[in-house]
Amino acid sequence: MNETQRSVALTVDGRTVQVAEGATILDACRQLEIDTPTMCFADNLTPVNACRVCVVELEGSRTLVPACARAAAEGMQVRTDSERVRHSRRLVLELLASSVDLSCAGEALQRWQADYGAEPERFGPSAPAAAPGERERQHAGHHAMPDGSTAATVGQPAKVEDDLYVRDYKRCILCYKCVEACGEDAQNTFAIAVAGRGFDARIATEYEQPLPDSACVYCGNCIGVCPTGALMFKSEYDHRAAGTWDEERQSVTRTVCSYCGVGCNLELHVQDEEIVKVTSPEDHSVTHGHLCIKGRFGFQFVQNRPDKP
Amino acid sequence: MDLHLAAAPPTGAERAAVDAVLASVGESSAGNTLPATGGASGDASAARASVGGTRARHRVRHLLLPALHGVQDALGWISPAALNYISERLGVPPAEAYGVATFYSLLSTTEQPPRVAHVCDDIACRGAGALQLCGQLEQRLGPAHHGGGPAKAAHYDAPGHGTGAGGAGADRQAAGAAVAGAERTTWVTSPCLGLCEAAPAVLLQLAGDPGATLAPATADAVCTALHRPAARPAAGPASAATPPALHSVPQAADPASAARLTLLRRVGRADPESLSDYRRHGGCAALRRAVALGPDGVLRELRDSRLQGRGGAAFPTAAKWEAVAGAAARPHYVVCNADESEPGTFKDRVVMEQDPFAVIEALAIGGFTTGAATGYLYIRGEYPLATRRLQHAIGQARDWGLLGRDVMGLGFDFDVELRRGAGAYICGEETALFNSLEGFRGEPRSKPPYPTEAGLFGKPTAVNNVETLINLLPIVLGGGRAYAAAGTDQSTGPKLFCLSGAVARPGVYEVTFGTTLRELLALAGGTTGGEPRAILLGGAAGSFVGPEHFDLPLTFEDTRAAGTALGSGVVMPFASGTDFVDVTRRIAQFFRDESCGQCVPCRVGTVRQEEALQRLATGSAGAERGLLADLAQVMGDASICGLGHTAASALQSALRLGLLDRNGEGQ
Repeated sequence: MNETQRSVALTVDGRTVQVAEGATILDACRQLEIDTPTMCFADNLTPVNACRVCVVELEGSRTLVPACARAAAEGMQVRTDSERVRHSRRLVLELLASSVDLSCAGEALQRWQADYGAEPERFGPSAPAAAPGERERQHAGHHAMPDGSTAATVGQPAKVEDDLYVRDYKRCILCYKCVEACGEDAQNTFAIAVAGRGFDARIATEYEQPLPDSACVYCGNCIGVCPTGALMFKSEYDHRAAGTWDEERQSVTRTVCSYCGVGCNLELHVQDEEIVKVTSPEDHSVTHGHLCIKGRFGFQFVQNRPDKP
Repeated sequence: MDLHLAAAPPTGAERAAVDAVLASVGESSAGNTLPATGGASGDASAARASVGGTRARHRVRHLLLPALHGVQDALGWISPAALNYISERLGVPPAEAYGVATFYSLLSTTEQPPRVAHVCDDIACRGAGALQLCGQLEQRLGPAHHGGGPAKAAHYDAPGHGTGAGGAGADRQAAGAAVAGAERTTWVTSPCLGLCEAAPAVLLQLAGDPGATLAPATADAVCTALHRPAARPAAGPASAATPPALHSVPQAADPASAARLTLLRRVGRADPESLSDYRRHGGCAALRRAVALGPDGVLRELRDSRLQGRGGAAFPTAAKWEAVAGAAARPHYVVCNADESEPGTFKDRVVMEQDPFAVIEALAIGGFTTGAATGYLYIRGEYPLATRRLQHAIGQARDWGLLGRDVMGLGFDFDVELRRGAGAYICGEETALFNSLEGFRGEPRSKPPYPTEAGLFGKPTAVNNVETLINLLPIVLGGGRAYAAAGTDQSTGPKLFCLSGAVARPGVYEVTFGTTLRELLALAGGTTGGEPRAILLGGAAGSFVGPEHFDLPLTFEDTRAAGTALGSGVVMPFASGTDFVDVTRRIAQFFRDESCGQCVPCRVGTVRQEEALQRLATGSAGAERGLLADLAQVMGDASICGLGHTAASALQSALRLGLLDRNGEGQ
């Protein structure tokens, strides 16, 4: 670290902490080992602070502020455990869980749901899933009036358009991570964007073009950053559908991609001697978690063995 | 990045519409030239075209919304080939252009009938027969094109007319079939169109024809206008102003009260289409005086005036302008926020329609004071007459040297670009407005950084509401101290209020701060239907007040102390006997429709609020009040912007006042 880099001191939950200038409140929380829920935040992407699950109370601020994006400043007084903070975090978790299928969203989320006492079912039973294309046809500024008997969800059929990956938007929390990874934060392909507005906003290609006809180059970096399993390897999707997906039985092997000389590190997820998924470490100096189509999907040759035709 | 473009070529009409917009807007944009196109569209070799670099793309991205407007205006919808052509010309990825096009309610990415009536069914028009109008249109034109689900259609109470099964999607499918059957007209419901003083209001969106409004509208007038053969606009920008100036500003009709007007003094007197008439009525004097004072002198007067923003947030204007004037980064921008969309608000529309040169002169003073050579005026897409008047005024101002190089020979450059919104309340939020102007989705940005530091195009920007800006004219002319002598200590000067609903003479009223609610209502000829049960202050984002507050002095500090706010100046009385469940339900629907969808508390919270309110209305559950309070708190605390922060405000105030109680009447 540069010796001349300045640091700032702030107080979080009564404890003083020093962080480098430019660090965020979230960095300060992590330094103090305060468990801070995040969903739209990733270390390898620009914060969009859209999910609001990381909000904290900042003295002098009328509203709560997102820890992931607000820069730490000298003398800040931050509370992460106040009733106000707990209320907003609980409500955000409830609102998401009542409208999105979070069953593939990982253990941390389940822990936060329990920690904050989220009861998503209090908004009523889930409304039936949308028919294919129904959500895509919603026009901005118009919606059918609900009768209140059910809670609207983003439920809809999965988009299975190729052999590489599946877009299962009933699991999408609209965290913008895939859009960022496809765009300026990693791939610069811009195949997908947020379309529509409000609760009907969604991730889309232009005019809902199927992925193979879109600008998508199948780098799979969107899968790499998706926090809820809305974007998934086809292999994982098929295993899950068949009930054979079992992370207990999987091993992860770190290796170097053999396709070119860049030196991307790969993590091969293997179940029953079959590669079922490929990731890259988020903290790897070359990839920052991102890969290209070859590293991500070009593993079939490994399995071209005489005993497995 | 290379663009992945489709091979389908645009039609000649689509290409012409885009080219015309890019030629006219592109030329006047200082330094923002178009990149070379990547070959003729439709040529397979251009399917992956590299058009300029990132910087070249960002320089012209701000032309995206005007280009989308151009196609929508000419053809009535934006086809995949048209969008593809726009993407190619501007170097914008098609997925992003689609994301922008689908953000706005006045743009359509599916084929629809080319002549559409947008019928306001918002809170002011509801009290003036809007639902009956919808019922009549349903009988004559068929079900609303989109948005009308079964529950909603039942409101129209149109006897003998079935409402199609299914939700909005089904409606759109049905309408799509109608297009194939050469159906050329349709209607949709709309949020507030800002014509509340002449409710019920209708906006006509006519492909190939200029937009128009009807207020007050009848089913006959709507059907006639929709079926009239496509006609060229009448000569000049003048079109019948609906409603007339003296209807919108009743004070101007009476010589005694007209003489006391400051902000509205030219309404009904000076010709809004004549710069020379504007000058005869005192126009351009403030700009000369401002230049004589110099930027520091203007800032001093502004400080002395203690002017606070009139858009709703009441931020001290001097602090904003000083910050921009002193900012090191260049260039600076001034932006006029004319995206007035708060339900019940129409003051800015009346000012722009009746005194457009005043807005331009004030913006020029802003440019001079803050060191900005370019001003943007962002007007909501539902204001066709105000848009034409401003366009015309900008043209004349350029011809006469009031805009352009060396303004009026005073030694500074300043020009104004007019941009239209496309149906999105959220774009009135200043940072969402910047994103919209820059050609992105109108999603608010996280603050800090504030606009004075990093605003439009990331540069220091002074963004002000229309009414705030025109206050600059009396401040500069008469001095800040004299200005501050009117009103109260903490709320200085004159204020415009938008009166509609249960009042005898709805309209825009100019009074000094401190006038009580009751005095203001008396000015408007009193309420209709006896003593009101409640008055909505500040629009959908504001709150209801009960009779205990009818003598409340209308100032920032008094309303704050009373737990309410002036907001955008809406004063909408509701008579006893009003169905407040219906009113609050429309407000909840409004926020559900207008949430941009970026943050979870607002995106899902507004949906859950509407659902809970439905249950409360049908009395099917008891826990709804607690649920609504929980939602109000998370939206207020954790949303990104003011839309989410205030989305529960009116509903919560209605609950506090007992307006939604079953026996709420007479409590």
